[in-house]
Amino acid sequence: MNLSPTTHRAPAPRLRRAALVVATACFAAVRAGTAAPPPFSRATNAPAPSTRPASAPAQPSASRAPVILATTTSTQDSGLLDVLIPPFEARTGGAVKIIAVGSGQALALGERGEADLVLSHAPEAEEKFMAQGSGLLRRRLMYNDFILVGPAADPAGVHGSKHVAAALEAIVRSKAVFVSRGDDSGTHKMEKKLWSLAGVSPAPGPAYLETGQGMGAALRVASEKSAYTLTDRSTFLSLKQTLHLQVLFEGDLALRNEYHVIVVNPKNGPRVNVEGARALARYLLSKEGLARVRDFGRERFGQPLFVPDAEPYGDE
Amino acid sequence: MQLALEGLRRAIDLIFALDPDLRDAAWRTLWVSGTATLISLLLGVPAGVALAMSRFRGRTVAVALLNTGMGLPPVVVGLFVMILLWRSGPLGALGLLYTPAAMVLAQTLIALPLVAGVSLAAVQALPPRLRLQVEALGATRLQTAWLLGREARLLLLAAVMAGFGAVVSEVGASLMVGGNLRGSTRVLTTAIVLEASKGNFAGAIALGLILLVLAYAINAVLTRLQQRGGG
Repeated sequence: MNLSPTTHRAPAPRLRRAALVVATACFAAVRAGTAAPPPFSRATNAPAPSTRPASAPAQPSASRAPVILATTTSTQDSGLLDVLIPPFEARTGGAVKIIAVGSGQALALGERGEADLVLSHAPEAEEKFMAQGSGLLRRRLMYNDFILVGPAADPAGVHGSKHVAAALEAIVRSKAVFVSRGDDSGTHKMEKKLWSLAGVSPAPGPAYLETGQGMGAALRVASEKSAYTLTDRSTFLSLKQTLHLQVLFEGDLALRNEYHVIVVNPKNGPRVNVEGARALARYLLSKEGLARVRDFGRERFGQPLFVPDAEPYGDE
Repeated sequence: MQLALEGLRRAIDLIFALDPDLRDAAWRTLWVSGTATLISLLLGVPAGVALAMSRFRGRTVAVALLNTGMGLPPVVVGLFVMILLWRSGPLGALGLLYTPAAMVLAQTLIALPLVAGVSLAAVQALPPRLRLQVEALGATRLQTAWLLGREARLLLLAAVMAGFGAVVSEVGASLMVGGNLRGSTRVLTTAIVLEASKGNFAGAIALGLILLVLAYAINAVLTRLQQRGGG
């Protein structure tokens, strides 16, 4: 065993060459990466405490700190936020960090002050949120509807039901497979509400699948298993091509799906960006924001995916 | 099968179009995982070598913990780092959640036990007489560590490649502490999750193929280094 470095067969020049190759590759990657908009331009908007005055009225610089928007998977998966948020960021120069989780988690993040604005569609949970003082204000933004989808063969005979209760009863009676979100999201909460409205419960077991995932994933499971599921119309429309499911029941008033924005109470936690949340809420509820909501999806799907129906921002 | 081919076509289209989202995600994948691997190399290799050379009470427990760390679920690391970094957490004042820095931290914590553990095994696999010989020649502790490390460089490079492989493919922690934000914390793995959830399977496969090519390229360089050095 030889320990003297000089008797090895010149590893140093080869190592140097290899290091040069790696360095060149990294350099090339940097060049390629920075030819596009600099990837870290948004990440450098770190929230500095000095830009958020403790009690002063809203100042332009205060809204430059990032706003954390906790929202549902349906608003992100449908692509609405990709259209709605960038103009706000461009105008204010601040970043909006969109954290898309279920409504349950979005509200939980708001309760902890880990989010500044919540956009969700779980009215009862939201009312509880407001009642416990976790939000400064809550305004309706838009709505769409939930629909029941299922296999074209429709073994449970859901199509043609008079109301949603009858449709759900038919599913339980026929023991057809039903896919649930099972994740405390707005959709899941609506599903639970509908079961209790119908006065039936799905039997736990292989006919009731709880995915614990987002709407897209749940729809895919339903499609693969030829099962029924409750979905919001917009996510279904945007994924319809890849699914073997059809709209089997719609139109019941109970299926109306309302989205609200809630400005989080700064008392919930340290560093809540209230000014930024207020600015974003004002924008979403403005004519400009609502016009974007209304026009979204028209071209691609021939119908708007979300219907603007906003309450004015007004006073708090 | 058709989907795989469409994915391949889509990958080629994306690369030739120099799609900005792709460049952004690919660059960030290399930057975040590369930095995390580098830090875990700088910390993990010396730690593994030192542990291999040391004798102290509870050493077996320490080694067992290290080996357990190699199998630590990345998503658990992500959860832990998220709670550390979020606003009400102990490091909340730094405002690091949903930034690439948070992802580097999480990935470093994932790779570190792996790199240290394999380094430990690498040095322990050396003939025991080697260390005696080196020390008999009057080497200091530091010199001994350096020489043992050089002898074990084949496996040490394997440690680095294992660490890199673990973090470049990781998605749970990156999603949790990064938030998959377009243009700031999206990497190839989290982009794949997003595309798949949107039903864009060909796009997801395309991104997967590109990720594999990138990972192969890095490992090709490291393997060349490793195989030459072993000569």
